[in-house]
Amino acid sequence: MSGQSSVRRRFGWLATYAAGVFAFLYLPIVVLILYSFNREGVGGFPPRHLTLDWYRMLASDGAILDAVVNSLLVALAAVAIALALGLPAALALDRVAFPGKALFRRLVLLPLILPGIITGLSLLMLAVFAGMKLSLLTVIIGHGTALISVGTTEISAGLQKMDRAQEEASLDLGASYWRTFWRVTLPNLRLPLVAAGLLIFTLSMDEIAVSFFLIGRDNTLPLEIWGRLRRGLTPEINAVSTIIFLASVGLILVWYRLRTRS
Amino acid sequence: MYSRAYKLAVAIPPLLWVTLFLLVPYALLLSYSFWTVSSGTIMRQWNLENYRDLGRNWMYLQVLFRSMKIAGAVTMLALVLGYPLAYYLSFHAGARKDLLYQLVIVPLWVSYLVRGYAWKTILGSDGVLNGFLQYLHLVREPVGFFLYSPFAVVLVLTHIYTPFTLLPIYASLEHIPRHLVEASQDLGASPRVTFWRVIFPLSLPGLLAGATFAFVLTLGDFLAPLLVGGASGIMISNIVVSLFGAAFDWPLGAAISVCIMLLVLGMLFAVERTEKKWTFT
Repeated sequence: MSGQSSVRRRFGWLATYAAGVFAFLYLPIVVLILYSFNREGVGGFPPRHLTLDWYRMLASDGAILDAVVNSLLVALAAVAIALALGLPAALALDRVAFPGKALFRRLVLLPLILPGIITGLSLLMLAVFAGMKLSLLTVIIGHGTALISVGTTEISAGLQKMDRAQEEASLDLGASYWRTFWRVTLPNLRLPLVAAGLLIFTLSMDEIAVSFFLIGRDNTLPLEIWGRLRRGLTPEINAVSTIIFLASVGLILVWYRLRTRS
Repeated sequence: MYSRAYKLAVAIPPLLWVTLFLLVPYALLLSYSFWTVSSGTIMRQWNLENYRDLGRNWMYLQVLFRSMKIAGAVTMLALVLGYPLAYYLSFHAGARKDLLYQLVIVPLWVSYLVRGYAWKTILGSDGVLNGFLQYLHLVREPVGFFLYSPFAVVLVLTHIYTPFTLLPIYASLEHIPRHLVEASQDLGASPRVTFWRVIFPLSLPGLLAGATFAFVLTLGDFLAPLLVGGASGIMISNIVVSLFGAAFDWPLGAAISVCIMLLVLGMLFAVERTEKKWTFT
């Protein structure tokens, strides 16, 4: 009896500790959202005079809206590149023996493992070397390249689970490789492709370390926010961050659902 | 089973792209580190001058040492916060397990920048924390040292990397066969003994992976120091950034980057080997 209650007491402490860690993780997010409605600005306590003014200001802020459009453009292009190369890379790793395969497998993962600054700087050097002007295009190449790994990893996992017999049957019945790819392989990989796409999209929308070095005149949203932070804090940034937060949570919920279903 | 054409079609495009946009850039970074800069132009003469400079100049080693200290502190804190939470989720959360797990994931997807910014609004001298303390009449004047200090950098990075650290720990705890835990209890071991003799050793690979994530990601960070670090919170990557910006010494910046890269790759290699030794299958 006493053993039972001491166990409960111990795990009561553990539950309290866990709640504390959750509080630490969520404190900044709650503060961020709360102060996006605070007329007095981002400091002070308690927040008072709640208002939607900052959201209204945001809606008519040309620079922020341009940055949002740029970020969407970059993220969509990054998804296209990372999937267009991640899919063949996963297929090649799965079924082709080529020289340097082990190196390739590791190389693709490097941008995720190494600090972003190293990938960003290396690509900056390539752009300078090739005489390429920095623009959204260089940022797109950077994001696309850095995130191929995400596409390859997700799609490889999908390939592991796929029923090989279907592809073999299609080929045995006389369908060409091309036809088999479109009619059998690709439909089977639909879920990992969508999941990888969502993940790449979200990561690209938030990316800052690589973009930092490759950006030209047009800012992505994180870099626009970054630039404003140096000038001072306004609840407008809280408002745009709140919107990004809700959008990422929405996307992640979709991603999570797809993942658990597959 | 696959034709030569099929194999070429799937292997060539990613190989070309990765060679052009990853291998060549990394090779360029390495090359730059052996070049020098003279009156604003890069001289492509191979030498070890930059590496000698790094060895001679105490400042770089000092900042590298500070970065490793900050990375070490963040790693420890992320483990101290993340491990018990992962253990609670895996063994004691009961029916709320999946929901709570998703609650850990959500902050992971809040933009890095947004989280750094949120801490800035909390820690500033006219920030939320100071407002709160004055509201409670605990302090009369705003406290200045919350922001722009190594403390702030450690706090922000701990907040950012704790979920990263937790995930592999949670995964390894989930993989522990529950009958081992039951066997230990049935044989009369107390919960404490069961934890230290059965659960903890089996979770070491996850703990190692989580710690590596936190350490490596923190070590190369340059945004948190710029955002909340101030002059005393400068880390090694900030030096690289300034060498590539105002100071215009790309070769020296490249040499520091190569050192960071070697440090990170060396650590990952060591961890991979240790992990293999620790995985009992």
